[in-house]
Amino acid sequence: MKQRIISSWHDFIRLSKDPLLLGVILLLLISLVLFIIYPLYKVVVVSFQVDGSFSIKNFTDVMTYSNGYYLKALFNSLLMGVATAVLGTFIAYIFAYSLTRANIPGRKFFNLIATIPIISPPFIGALAVIMLFGRNGFVSATLLGMQNANVYGPRGLLFAQVLTFFPVAYITLRGVLESISPTLEDAAMDLGGNRFTIFRKVTLPLSIPGIASSMLVLFVESLADFGNPLVLAGAQFPILSVQAYLEITGMGNFAKGAALAFILLVPSVSAYLLQKYWVSKKQYVTVTGKPTQSSNDVVSPTARRLLFVVCCLIAAVIIMVYASIVWGAFAESWGNSSKLTVQNFVYVWRVGFESVLDTLAIAGLSTPLAGTIGMVIAFLVVRKRFWGRKFMEFSSLLSFALPGTVVGIGYILAFNQHPLYLTGTLLILLLNFIFRYLPVGVQGGVAVLKQIDPSIEEAAIDLGADSNKTFRKVTLPLMIPAFFSSLIFSFVRSMTAISAAIFLVSARWKLMTVQIMSQVESGRIGAAAAFSLILVAIILAAMAVIKLILRLKYHTTSSILSH
Amino acid sequence: MSVTLVNITKIFTDQDDKSKEFTAVDSVNIEIKEGEMVTFLGPSGCGKTTTLRIISGFEKQTKGDVFIDGQLVNDLPANKRNSSMVFQSYAIFPHLTVEQNIGFGLELKGIKKSQIKNEVDAIMATMGLSALGSRQPSQLSGGQQQRVALARAIVTKPRVLLFDEPLSNLDAKLRDQMRTEIRRIQQQFGITSIYVTHDQAEAMTVSDRIMVMDKGRIQQLGTPFEIYSRPTNHFVADFIGRANFFKGMVKKIDTELTLEINQKEYRFPSFNKDVKVGKRATVVLRPEGLKIEKPNDQAFYNGVVQEAVYLGSTVEYQITVKGRTEPIVAISYNPVKEGLYRVGDQVGVSFDAVSAHVIS
Ligand SMILES: Nc1ncnc2c1ncn2[C@@H]1O[C@H](COP(=O)(O)OP(=O)(O)O)[C@@H](O)[C@H]1O
Ligand SMILES: [Mg+2]
Repeated sequence: MKQRIISSWHDFIRLSKDPLLLGVILLLLISLVLFIIYPLYKVVVVSFQVDGSFSIKNFTDVMTYSNGYYLKALFNSLLMGVATAVLGTFIAYIFAYSLTRANIPGRKFFNLIATIPIISPPFIGALAVIMLFGRNGFVSATLLGMQNANVYGPRGLLFAQVLTFFPVAYITLRGVLESISPTLEDAAMDLGGNRFTIFRKVTLPLSIPGIASSMLVLFVESLADFGNPLVLAGAQFPILSVQAYLEITGMGNFAKGAALAFILLVPSVSAYLLQKYWVSKKQYVTVTGKPTQSSNDVVSPTARRLLFVVCCLIAAVIIMVYASIVWGAFAESWGNSSKLTVQNFVYVWRVGFESVLDTLAIAGLSTPLAGTIGMVIAFLVVRKRFWGRKFMEFSSLLSFALPGTVVGIGYILAFNQHPLYLTGTLLILLLNFIFRYLPVGVQGGVAVLKQIDPSIEEAAIDLGADSNKTFRKVTLPLMIPAFFSSLIFSFVRSMTAISAAIFLVSARWKLMTVQIMSQVESGRIGAAAAFSLILVAIILAAMAVIKLILRLKYHTTSSILSH
Repeated sequence: MSVTLVNITKIFTDQDDKSKEFTAVDSVNIEIKEGEMVTFLGPSGCGKTTTLRIISGFEKQTKGDVFIDGQLVNDLPANKRNSSMVFQSYAIFPHLTVEQNIGFGLELKGIKKSQIKNEVDAIMATMGLSALGSRQPSQLSGGQQQRVALARAIVTKPRVLLFDEPLSNLDAKLRDQMRTEIRRIQQQFGITSIYVTHDQAEAMTVSDRIMVMDKGRIQQLGTPFEIYSRPTNHFVADFIGRANFFKGMVKKIDTELTLEINQKEYRFPSFNKDVKVGKRATVVLRPEGLKIEKPNDQAFYNGVVQEAVYLGSTVEYQITVKGRTEPIVAISYNPVKEGLYRVGDQVGVSFDAVSAHVIS
């Protein structure tokens, strides 16, 4: 212990010779504590307090509330989490395996289709479910002639969540499968294994850690999902994140809302920690830059045909979902009239223009900040030794594990009194977005930096550069691709965010996503579809701009969609 | 522009378990004179790089002082030390062209663009890089990258030039060529230089003096000739070149040294002060200091040829001798004159006392 203190003290002394570095580290540590840890702390404190003293009454209250209604919500949330994790991973595995191993035709196309849901708001799935399978649904009413089809409940929600989160699993599993060298399969074949045996004994066991990782990530995502259940869950099938929201905005009961948030937090954080510290360490092969294309034929022709058909079906479902959104946006009245019109867009323009500007302003401001801070943190964490380094890494990545609902509740609890009274301001939205979408930049930056030989930076120092110049002239330029990837990611996330943001919007600062939700809730499906389409169009345009800058100015390409 | 290390010690503590310590450099003292090129030579892990990084300022010593030009620089950060390092990996900035790489240090000093251009052009001409100025680093061969790294290091006119195994990523032929080139440029500019390597041939060819290290400690400091012919201990004798060791008992020390080996007495030149009468000592005999002849009673040892490798100008023999586990290694030059022996032949081994060296 004494050793540790002495060595930390030495670190500190060393840093204090570089005041800029020390200042940046202190500022970041304080910010991380204030905008990530403190809101969480508030959730915990408020949930465990009654009249200013420790109590678990809030928990016993919510558990016994209305014959265990919230207990049911917890159970439903966990159930949806497990179901989405299993089904989403299963479909993603088939898809990823077909694309990396089976040599099916149209791989580029399938890859593109699978990644589309990433750039669309998370409730698109819910919207599509209503449009396709709802009372006036295209499939249910028009094709099957069903009357009063009911999509509200677990099945509709499962469909929406799998659709929304399967791309995350797909990208994870694709990375894992690509990193398994085809020579292993060749070797197994050489040793006389038949194709199915090879899959069972070589490919599948090697991808188990990836599968576990993907399931845990989907579980966390599903638990945290807010948009889909708000639309689809319904009163019969309560979901925890939505109930926590209603408890606070509907009934103004902060203590109970915080207790529900805390209950939601426990499984999320557990799954995240399991993934981060256990499963990811079991990965056999780390993903290296060069994907090895399989040239062998480990998949029999029959199996290949079968996989191709399955991929076509999956792609067809995704296309149907997006086609229905486009169609719905232009339809005069979904399900009742098939006449095309632009009236939805006119309506959206009228009621939603302000929110488009607000959203653009917020995303436009928070994105470069999140990206830059992410790169700085990655740099510090990989390259510098200082007290609080582990904490900096952990807390900056923690947002991955925190359901937006919990963060949103934490923010309103934390920043509603002086000296940190931020409720209703632009600042609270900005801070929330910056610190929520930090992790991707940090992660990407860390990955890049670990590949850059530290002596490149030492060479700059050796030639007389201080830490500021070294970072600006050498490190940052080398991190540019990771930086732009994180920009795209945080822009997409800022534009499509809802779960935390819905607590923080105000009459002055509106978000498109929240507006879309309220259109859905008031039954204006066409307007919601039109609004969503505009949102996706803005995202695509921004991505194109970012990529263009990258190409023209830095002669590199980067994409979150193709690694 | 001298460099002086006084009692330099570096103790690393384990990042995860702070109670675990490891002494990488142990009480190193050395004075490197202006314009001199000194090599730190030793096996991998002996602390060479760490010592070099302490001089450059990348690593802070646990104990001891570093003086550059008589000025104490312990608290001077790396970017203010005015030493330049040529890295093992070259550490060329991948996002800058050759010219930009070389001019990087000058630009940091705030020198005018036109002057930077002149100086960069001049150094590129010296290094044979003139045609490559606008190339990206990825378009350079290993040897060219090495030159860029060297040019970048010397264009800023550092007081000290530091090399960390600069040639280890090159193939053998280029390595030989670059080491003479490095030496030429070092002498041309007269820059005080420190060169880290684990390759003794490299150390021999580039250095004014060699500092042999093992387990963080200096084993011997001297000219290449001294290191090879008068090693101070078993480690140095064994690490530099090849050596046969013969144990004996010291009988008498006057102007020479009398040693009893294998029940016979021999006289050797006396250099080592640690050798005492009545104590055991070891004779170091290099393979080229031994002579192979017909077996005879005057021979140092008689034995059987176990292996003979004929290389034209030389023959290398391994001779097994009764009572010794290690075979004796001998090299015979001019085999036409001295005769060629075959595996299984009985031979005698004798030596020339001047080429022998006694260590304690
Ligand atoms: N940052 C460090 N932390 C802990 N141990 C280190 C560190 N750097 C070097 N060492 C250890 O110190 C010893 C000497 O290292 P080094 O100076 O690089 O050796 P050399 O260059 O002679 O091969 C090695 O055993 C190495 O493992
Ligand atoms: Mg080394």
